[in-house]
Amino acid sequence: MSTAAVPATRLAPSLSDRLSTLIFSRRGLLPGLLILPPLLWFGIVYLGSLLSLLANAFFSIDEFSGAVVRDISFGNFVAIFSPTNLDVALRSTAMSLSVTAACIAIGFPIAYYMARHARGTGKALLYVAVMLPLWSSYLVRLYAWKLLLAKEGAISWVLQAVGLQWLLDGVLSLPVVGGSSLSFSPLGTFIVFVYMWLPFVILPIQAAIERIPASCLEASADLGAHPAQTFRKVIVPLAMPGIAAGSIFSFSLTLGDYIIPQVIGNSTLYIGQVVYRQQGVAGNLPFAAAFSLVPIVVIGVYLWLAKRKGAFDAL
Amino acid sequence: MPSSRRPRSAPGASWLLKTATWGGVLFLHVPLALIILYAFSSEDKSYVFPPPGLTTQWFAVTLGRTDVWAAVTLSVQVAALSTAIAIVLGTLAAGALARWQFFGRETISLLLILPLALPGVITGIALRSAYHTLEIPFSFWTIVVGHATFCVVVVYNNAVARLRRISPSLLEASMDLGANAFQTFRYVLLPQLGSALLAGGLLAFALSFDEVIVTTFTAGQQTTLPIWMVQELIRPRQRPVTNVVAVFIIALTFIPIVAAYWLTRSGEDGSAR
Amino acid sequence: MSSAVTLNRVSCVFQSGGKAFRAVDQVDLEVRAGEFFTLLGPSGSGKTTCLRMIGGFTLPTEGTILIQGEDVTHQPPYARPVNTVFQDYALFPHMSILDNVAYSQMVRGVERAVREKRARELLDLVRLPDVAQRRPAQLSGGQRQRVALARALISQPRVLLLDEPLGALDLKLREQMQSELKSLQRELAISFIFVTHDQHEALSMSDRIGVFNKGRIEQIATPADLYARPATRFVAEFVGAANVLSGEGARTLTGHDSAMIRPELIRLGTESGARTGGTVAETQYFGAFWRLHVAVAAGARLLADVPAATGVPAVGQNTFLHWDDGAVHALGAA
Repeated sequence: MSTAAVPATRLAPSLSDRLSTLIFSRRGLLPGLLILPPLLWFGIVYLGSLLSLLANAFFSIDEFSGAVVRDISFGNFVAIFSPTNLDVALRSTAMSLSVTAACIAIGFPIAYYMARHARGTGKALLYVAVMLPLWSSYLVRLYAWKLLLAKEGAISWVLQAVGLQWLLDGVLSLPVVGGSSLSFSPLGTFIVFVYMWLPFVILPIQAAIERIPASCLEASADLGAHPAQTFRKVIVPLAMPGIAAGSIFSFSLTLGDYIIPQVIGNSTLYIGQVVYRQQGVAGNLPFAAAFSLVPIVVIGVYLWLAKRKGAFDAL
Repeated sequence: MPSSRRPRSAPGASWLLKTATWGGVLFLHVPLALIILYAFSSEDKSYVFPPPGLTTQWFAVTLGRTDVWAAVTLSVQVAALSTAIAIVLGTLAAGALARWQFFGRETISLLLILPLALPGVITGIALRSAYHTLEIPFSFWTIVVGHATFCVVVVYNNAVARLRRISPSLLEASMDLGANAFQTFRYVLLPQLGSALLAGGLLAFALSFDEVIVTTFTAGQQTTLPIWMVQELIRPRQRPVTNVVAVFIIALTFIPIVAAYWLTRSGEDGSAR
Repeated sequence: MSSAVTLNRVSCVFQSGGKAFRAVDQVDLEVRAGEFFTLLGPSGSGKTTCLRMIGGFTLPTEGTILIQGEDVTHQPPYARPVNTVFQDYALFPHMSILDNVAYSQMVRGVERAVREKRARELLDLVRLPDVAQRRPAQLSGGQRQRVALARALISQPRVLLLDEPLGALDLKLREQMQSELKSLQRELAISFIFVTHDQHEALSMSDRIGVFNKGRIEQIATPADLYARPATRFVAEFVGAANVLSGEGARTLTGHDSAMIRPELIRLGTESGARTGGTVAETQYFGAFWRLHVAVAAGARLLADVPAATGVPAVGQNTFLHWDDGAVHALGAA
């Protein structure tokens, strides 16, 4: 009965059978075939772009026609070390470091609570509460802060209502960080950066603390360590890879961002803005390319320092 | 599963820790709540708080705006196509890298993550300089190429995590029972990978739909919704419309994110053996 | 009897970290049709690799593999007329039990009604008629084991490969499954190739046993032969408890260069006619018998199992050991 149907259906997959046997008999063939399309895409589109970026960094621009001159020169790299540009690079790095420090300080307790105290529904809820802002719209969240920080906005209103307007005025009158209102001050830029990258810092730290076996902490207590000692000697070293991973996010994201300082802050420039303006308004793509190598170098140095300090040893 | 790792006698969290935690959560969510409030504000000249009155008229105004609709349409098209490319490339890469050990494996996985790990401005300017060098004019496609590149890793991460949880003996069992490589993929691998791919695809969609930094470098005159939004942020023209669009974006990105979260969770339960 | 599976000088070499590891080293093996054949050995001895090469999941580095006389050395698993019961059962978690069992019929294009009827017959065979619509996660370990068995048997393989299938079960269930597997094999009259590290399991179920050590087969024999006449010292010590003697002590006590005496063949007795005497160093109670560790001359220790009903000397007392000539088994040079 069914025997008649069987050969008919067996005929069709004979090609796939043969292909399948070919894949089977050459064990390296399948991963090779699988990786080929993504490798081509990344090799051509992404690596190709990075190479052209590198090449452009050595080109220059014709002062009169504005066309790119394709001759190798180091003029762009010399220009990076001009006081104005060096100032931009240093300010961006300082901002990235302080944002990272603040993110760890605010994020660690949350991550610790999520990993070691929250349970069941509360834990799932906390996880979603941290993950949602991470994935949800960057621009909308930035827009929300424009509303919050505006002179007539919610923060001013709340401070006024509780009689702390003098405090805000005092902070805004400080040199360096202050400005005409929160939304036009470096302090405002800093707050928004911290807000934006906080979830990126919390989640890796939470995952690292989650991986510490409870028996390790019990063993530490059993061997006579005070909770504070256990925290310092066991939890923090074991959470270090998570802290390092999170800090790379906040550091690198701050360093390259040019939308946030453009929307919230005074007129001081950051690396991303210089790159954007040079390629756009100024039309100097070669210099923009050279300047975009600055964050790559700074991030490289940051990673190297973190590695030397043993941040990845527990991985 | 996590319950086995809970400390058997975890000391209660101190009030300080609880305050810090819930304070942090408030910090993360109050701004979003505020956006929704402002969408109903009757004030249209400033960001005054509290809003002097509430109205729903701006929703109707926004629905009638052709520039908003054009931006939404473009963003959806870009995100859909980028996600499709990312699903194909991410799944292939995950299939090759999840279990096989070969030379250069670590380098390839690093390469996949790089577009998302490096600041977007670098990916943006790199693509921009490549287009410029090759004299490729900006178009819909130049945006899609950029978006697909950084979306691959999202699909890849989801797929690789799922593949590593699938026992290799399942695939061996399938072949042992007479299924060739394609049948094994169709009947065993794909059904178990499906929810992970859907989750990865939803996240990739959300990522692309919202991306602005790389887009500004690759878009030319095209206006995606995020680019429209940035223009409004820098030079506000009609604040109430921006407020409504912001709420719309929140709604449109929350759905895929929550769905992706739910999918990866239930996927874990389903494959529990 | 005709041959079901033949391995001719099969080796399998794994490369890891620049070093070559010979998991299976020049193995010759013949499994007869309808035979219950066990590959026995400690973990890492190559028995599982050997089974995987028969199934087609691992390819041999050298040598040939024949199944029912046909060379399958380079054939993929789906082209081989054998099926496997995996150690972790490898049931497809996203399919119902019925779909799991019917899987191999499905991929061969057998129509739904026919394959489902057949799958139900197989579920009846393994005495699990009521679980067809459930998912693997809803079954107990013992039930999953039976499903894995039904799934592997549905296409009527001439050889069934079993990779430590009882390892995850608790002791009672394991013993029950042992006898069920054995009777199923007899009923179906097909070959079973069974991998285990448990010598009791091997002895109680097998027609013949191949003992693996470091990638090589040390001996192939029936359980009784293996126990009574181990070919090497390794086999003697791995299968059952054994007093293995070598060197000067062996020559004085047994007259051979290397020999083995099973502890249950040693009796306690009086000085007259004793083979040797010594001090009781340790006693262990096993329920059915006592095991005495007796320190004899030349620093050697002999194990003697005496029935629990008889009294045993206390630790530190002297005792005398007796055995028949037939109790001594000479071991080959190893």
